[in-house]
Amino acid sequence: MEHRVTARALTVRGLRATRGGTPVLRGVDLDVASGEICALMGVSGAGKSTVLRAVAALEAFSEGTIVVDGFALQPGPVPPESRLRLLRSKVGFVFQAHSLFEHLTVMDNVTLAPIHAQGWTRERARGVAAGLLETLGVAARAGAYPRQLSGGEAQRVAIARALALDPHLLLMDEPTSALDPARRGALGETLADLATQGRGLLIATHDVDFAQDHADRVAVLAGGVLVEHGPAREVLANPTHAATRALLQATNVRAS
Amino acid sequence: MYRAKQPGPDIPLTFAVHTTILRASLLGAIVLLVGCRATPGDRATTPPLRWGGDAEGGAPFVEADPTDPSRVRGFDVEIADLLARGLGRRAQFVQVAWASIAQSVERGDFDIGLSGIEDRPELRERESLTMPYFEFREVLAVRPADRDRFRTLSDLAGRRVATLGSTGAYQLLLDEQARAKVVPVSYDDDVHPYTDLVAGRVDAVLLDHIIAERRLRVLGGFVIQPDPVATGHYVGVLSKGNVALRDSVNAILRDRMRDGSLEKIFRSWDVWDDGQAMYFARVLADTSVGAVRNPSTGATSALSYLPSLLRAAAVTVALSVLSMSLAVAFGTAVAAGRVYGSALVRGFLTVYVEVVRGTPVLLQLFVIYYGLSGVVRLPAFLAAVIGLGLNYAAYESEIYRAALEAIPRSQLEAARTLGLSEGQILRLVRGPQALRLALAPMTNDFVALLKDSSLVSVITVVELTKQTAIYATNVGSWVVPGALCALVYLSLSLPLSRFARRLERRWSIA
Repeated sequence: MEHRVTARALTVRGLRATRGGTPVLRGVDLDVASGEICALMGVSGAGKSTVLRAVAALEAFSEGTIVVDGFALQPGPVPPESRLRLLRSKVGFVFQAHSLFEHLTVMDNVTLAPIHAQGWTRERARGVAAGLLETLGVAARAGAYPRQLSGGEAQRVAIARALALDPHLLLMDEPTSALDPARRGALGETLADLATQGRGLLIATHDVDFAQDHADRVAVLAGGVLVEHGPAREVLANPTHAATRALLQATNVRAS
Repeated sequence: MYRAKQPGPDIPLTFAVHTTILRASLLGAIVLLVGCRATPGDRATTPPLRWGGDAEGGAPFVEADPTDPSRVRGFDVEIADLLARGLGRRAQFVQVAWASIAQSVERGDFDIGLSGIEDRPELRERESLTMPYFEFREVLAVRPADRDRFRTLSDLAGRRVATLGSTGAYQLLLDEQARAKVVPVSYDDDVHPYTDLVAGRVDAVLLDHIIAERRLRVLGGFVIQPDPVATGHYVGVLSKGNVALRDSVNAILRDRMRDGSLEKIFRSWDVWDDGQAMYFARVLADTSVGAVRNPSTGATSALSYLPSLLRAAAVTVALSVLSMSLAVAFGTAVAAGRVYGSALVRGFLTVYVEVVRGTPVLLQLFVIYYGLSGVVRLPAFLAAVIGLGLNYAAYESEIYRAALEAIPRSQLEAARTLGLSEGQILRLVRGPQALRLALAPMTNDFVALLKDSSLVSVITVVELTKQTAIYATNVGSWVVPGALCALVYLSLSLPLSRFARRLERRWSIA
């Protein structure tokens, strides 16, 4: 938290990664500013998740640099967790299947990292968690187990868990995939609030409507490179690249 | 008395009857061949004299013939031939576990049991016994240094005295337990009491002089006290109703005693001595010996066995709980090593698991208790806990390893992105979730262990099943002891299963 307020939450330069010998990313440059919601778009398999996983140091990358709020990741094998402590407090990750810990209550899910990874007192962790759950509208479910939650509730708990350490950058993988349209709107508002607090948000999605309504910027990934990026409304209103048009088309087909 | 045999009484109760049938029929086939070859001239119309004995007992009673292992030899074999000839029939051997001979003859598996069977009052009540054909002495064997110290049972107060389970000697020790304060140690064979005596695990052995002298010749390292503790007799056993055959057999025995045939047999097996000659003379002078009378002890109440059964049940519980604790602790370490360890550690642990799972637990118990006794002399109970614990640890580790590997990667990655260390992830996320998956198979294993703990009677620990076998031998029936024993096992395992199911239900929401 003392590392607060750099203009850039994330800087990615020349990112290359392979998966099982095949190149997935062939030189990706990407910036996410503090207070900005950036939608990383592309069809399934375009490499959106790979970018997110490389930034979260869950997956190795072969070339390029990743700098999160001053913390630089180098190419090569993922470093041991002991060397990633600082990164972990700077980056929050909300998984597509939200991956809440099934054996813990909502409250324990949110307080686990503050207590055990950061050494907070139980009282402090519970206080922060209660505030987050309240803000996200799931305070009433604090004692529930993940299996007892609806899809929307589980997602909000997962966001609360990722925010517990007050990360500067929040990564989300396909956050709208399990939500109905009404919930998507609510999620958009939540994310906007998080951005206004000064966080950078990088959201992997192929949901064009969601990106259009809630993202500040859009970056379109195709064939392992960014083919188009710019302000969300501009890019999506006047796509210049075939991949973007294909994305829009797929959305329209689905909508009709 | 009796000798080396496989752990017959340790087979779970419910299978005891079954096993007898199985053995009888399996060995029947072998025996048919043996019998046919023995007297090829017999007419098919004469039924053979089927006699039961235990070739695992060994010489000089009944043993497999070293020159032709499909045949048996020993003085009991020759007496059976003698009787068959006297009856104008041919002898046909039926293999039967020694402790089951009386029950097997009563079921009609064979006509007469002959295998160094002791004349005991309770046996006399239940079956027809022949006249005694051999007098043996129960003798004490001690280490040479104790020759002057341990002369009688009274000298052995507080000392461990070994013998074979289900024998008159064992009964004698149990009776002396209260009076002379000796500590009876029951074995399933007649070799290990003597090796353990030499090794210092027990302070004396009480068994038939025939066995003691034979072991002294083979093994050495101990002395036999000259004054016998008691005397007993070997008899043939027939079913209760088979009085006619019993009387014919008695007549033949008496004749062969008189004409020296029996003496010749005993001499050829080197078990004839002056005491035997005096005994024969006494028998031949007294015409009433064939109908020895023993005071009736009356029906022994099942209740009188209850305290010892409950004590044995406590041994079973203690053994199971301790072994399982060891298995869980060690199994967890092995599983963690196989999931997180280096290639060398993984390889080493894989070998451990495969060796332990691939060999019988009985063998492992023998190796730990007897095999290692040259290196480390473990007390029987400790050896049992270690043996069962290490054996079950291999199975537990496989359960835990599978459970650990079943936890979705996304759960572990979520924990990593939160900044938890590998150790914390295992302790706070992976471990607890794996435990929920492992609970059902663990409960299953504990129930199995509860019953497998009966195997440790081979290393002299008297637990529930062994105590039941002793009880069953005493009363001559498995019905009441079996039911009581089953009841105790069930009352231990059922609450356990219920507890596990409740825990699983509670965890199914979490």
